[in-house]
Amino acid sequence: MAIGDLFKQELNVINIGLVSFKEGLDSVHTPAVQVEWKPPILVSPEATARLKERRVAIEAANAKAMEIILQGVPLLVDMGVARDVVPGMTENTILHAGPPITWERMCGPMRGAIIGALIYEGKAVDPEEAEALAASGKVCFSPCHEHGTVGPMAGVVSPSMPVFMLRNETYGNQAFCTMNEGLGKVLRYGAFSDEVVERLKWMETVLFPVLKKALKKTGPINLKNLIAQALHMGDEVHNRNRAGTSLLYRTLAPAIVRTAPDTESAAKTLEFIQNNDHFFLNLSMPACKVTLDAARNIPDSSVVVVMARNGTDFGVQLAGTGDQWFTGPADVPDALFFPGFTKEDANPDIGDSSITETNGLGGFAIAASPAIVQFVGGNASDAIRYTKQMYEITVTENNVYQVPYLNFRGTPTGIDVIKVIEKNILPFIDTGVAHRLPGIGQVGAGVLSASLEPFRKAYEGFANT
Amino acid sequence: MCISGKIKKGAYYDSVALMNVGKALAGLPGVVDAAVVMGTRENAGILERSGLWQELFEGTTDSDLLISVKAENEETATAMLAEADELLTASLKKGDSGDTAVTPWSLEGAVNLLPDANMVLISVAGRYAAHEALKALELGRHVMLFSDNVSIEDELRLKQVAHEKGLLVMGPDCGTAIINGVPLAFANVVRRGGIGVVAASGTGLQEVTCLISNEGAGISQAIGTGGRDVKKAIGGIMFLDALRALAEDDETKVILLVSKPPHESVVAEIQKLAASLSKPVISFFLGADTGVESLEAAALLAVASERGEPTETVAERLRARDAELETLAKTEAAKCRPGQRYVRGLFSGGTFCSEAQILWKESISPLYSNAPAGSAVKMKDVLQSEANTVIDLGEDEFTVGRPHPMIDFSLRNQRIREEANDPETAVILLDVVLGYGSNMNPMEELDAVLREAVGKTRVICSVTGTDQDPQNRSRVSAALKALGAVVLPSNAAACKLAGNIIRELGA
Repeated sequence: MAIGDLFKQELNVINIGLVSFKEGLDSVHTPAVQVEWKPPILVSPEATARLKERRVAIEAANAKAMEIILQGVPLLVDMGVARDVVPGMTENTILHAGPPITWERMCGPMRGAIIGALIYEGKAVDPEEAEALAASGKVCFSPCHEHGTVGPMAGVVSPSMPVFMLRNETYGNQAFCTMNEGLGKVLRYGAFSDEVVERLKWMETVLFPVLKKALKKTGPINLKNLIAQALHMGDEVHNRNRAGTSLLYRTLAPAIVRTAPDTESAAKTLEFIQNNDHFFLNLSMPACKVTLDAARNIPDSSVVVVMARNGTDFGVQLAGTGDQWFTGPADVPDALFFPGFTKEDANPDIGDSSITETNGLGGFAIAASPAIVQFVGGNASDAIRYTKQMYEITVTENNVYQVPYLNFRGTPTGIDVIKVIEKNILPFIDTGVAHRLPGIGQVGAGVLSASLEPFRKAYEGFANT
Repeated sequence: MCISGKIKKGAYYDSVALMNVGKALAGLPGVVDAAVVMGTRENAGILERSGLWQELFEGTTDSDLLISVKAENEETATAMLAEADELLTASLKKGDSGDTAVTPWSLEGAVNLLPDANMVLISVAGRYAAHEALKALELGRHVMLFSDNVSIEDELRLKQVAHEKGLLVMGPDCGTAIINGVPLAFANVVRRGGIGVVAASGTGLQEVTCLISNEGAGISQAIGTGGRDVKKAIGGIMFLDALRALAEDDETKVILLVSKPPHESVVAEIQKLAASLSKPVISFFLGADTGVESLEAAALLAVASERGEPTETVAERLRARDAELETLAKTEAAKCRPGQRYVRGLFSGGTFCSEAQILWKESISPLYSNAPAGSAVKMKDVLQSEANTVIDLGEDEFTVGRPHPMIDFSLRNQRIREEANDPETAVILLDVVLGYGSNMNPMEELDAVLREAVGKTRVICSVTGTDQDPQNRSRVSAALKALGAVVLPSNAAACKLAGNIIRELGA
């Protein structure tokens, strides 16, 4: 290359900074692109220097992580009871969403869900007793993620709860998730009234055995295929699971009818799934979990394998930093609130469901699901924009999950914490919004950008490995 | 009167967008004054001086956006804070057509979108600029680095990388360039032709390219290097590379070199290379003796050289013109009031400020400046002129955290008022620089303040630009004249006239 070569080419300009310079170029008809630039997130210069030196090793490690993530095949294989199948589950354990947290620091909905779970388990007769027990130190609280499990919103899992069992066909690892209770007053949003506990009991005694039997009949269900189809049908499998639920329903219905002990329990089971557009969420989440868990413990990889919130903190884990959590305060989402509620009522972001974004779905695939942006008064082009922006911070494009509108381009997959910091673009998350007080439930749904602090810490923590 | 404020943590907008929002806000009914600025130390000072500083701003940092509104009553002040939010949001929406056209968020994203991109123009804050520039070089793209406040170490590293790769790094602090006929950043619409320019001086480059174009000749390439390129630490890496490129360029018949005072070792290198070339090379290095007196003379010599005319024609023409300026000075001096005896030069172009000092070296004393050259003395306080003073408003002390004075006239306008009210001021000397990047409506900015000033002192303006510039040089010159200012076609001429008037008054 020589400077003189430039004199023989047409000038094509990338403009980073003052927009007026781009406008000048437009008026003389010179091809120019404006970068929507933001200053990088402030991190220690030493960390940046260290990461620069390791660039080749990091790129290789990230390529390896992405191969594992893209090759993973999540299968729904069986169902079981948490105490029997979830690793590390004991009679005194209650799992929760997000990074580790003590009872004292838990938000309202998380406490509410734990109160409900203790009543459901028969360990307390009323909320006061449940609260006293929870605060007594006799209950062991532990993050779902540390038990191969994920849970939406409060994500509370207690020993008697039935769970879906997933296996990664390629790598053999397992993941678990409870069944979705539906909308309205539900445990995961912190509600613990009688109807909540009664529903959980019904799910344990009727729904669970029917589904377990039906699954035996169908054999393992390939969730990767199901999610890929759902994306083509307008889901992003986080905030919209209508297509995924319908596809699952089609797959299970004949087996349910054939194997249920009686017509009524078959009909009730099918009705329950039919009436709950989010039933599939509790499968898309562990499908992402089982896919990402296979890529843990890859030295030098800056790929994010967990983003999870407990309603107080937002936590991040990386492929290259083992079991270490990087946490910071969780933010309150921008949302469309149900009538009678406002942002004042909203709890900060909560739930393990951001595992979908971590795997290139949810907010990252929102261009496949323009209906979702209506939650925040956006339009279809906003959805395209959000997804396109996420390509800036991901390592690769998905081989199976696609966005029809973007010419079936693979969804942006594999968040690279280095890109997040350098470009100052935070992961985009779809989410439901819980009331900040226990016992009330969902008050809205919306979108938000992941919290900055955990990513800054993850970047610096990763630089120190 | 009520003052109300608000902080937006971590919000980022470019300085021009902020200036526009601040201006729009200040123009709304009921608003006395308003500022929308990043929380830099310099901006804190500006807010304080304009009475817009508020206690709640205490402890804010560079990455915080401060909004301050002074209004007739509390209701308006509060309403205007909300209005500021809307204006800020609207400033971001600009360019979003509502369809699915997507702007990239990073250099890599932009390269994907425009794979043929061969030039990256960078004007983000200095502390981030070198990083972006290095990325661009690694991607094999030429760089124009408009940003200032880039460290000399970073500049050296960038230029070494560029030199290795055969790429240009124009800047840091490179305000202007014309590549393949395309004006970049602050540049004018000039004819294409056979004169190639290398300049370590932004305004110098604008002045010579405009004068050449206004003479009917044209520019092949005009390459800026940034003022520090010719200092010892950088050693003229880009200046020499650019000179070599023009030497090999078939379109370039004559080469014109312009620079702020270079280090003597660099001058020697440049002269050695220039002497080895087969093409004519004309040099104007401020403060160094190249036998050329001014930017204007350099431009005219380049034109004469390309046309094959003897250099003596240029000298004759300038002598005749200087004689006219002597006569004009007498008339203008006669209009001055008793006690008026000093010149106050308020420049938006740094090279013009230096050129003034070089041209007045023998004749005007004492002479103060915030950017002293020649025999001028450093000002004790840049906010307070004394005796004869020339100020470069593009210096860091005025520009950190706000747009360049060629875009944002507010600081200079305030200064024009102050100088006009000083009973010792005889002449206010101004440069008005047109072209892309500069303020699109300079007369709108200058009208009120000059109307006021011409009643008190002499106002002399030079206009740098062409009739093809979006602001149109003839139209701006006519409007300035109509206000009562004396308008000259070059900075050298304006300086000479101002100098002559001061000499007349002293005699």
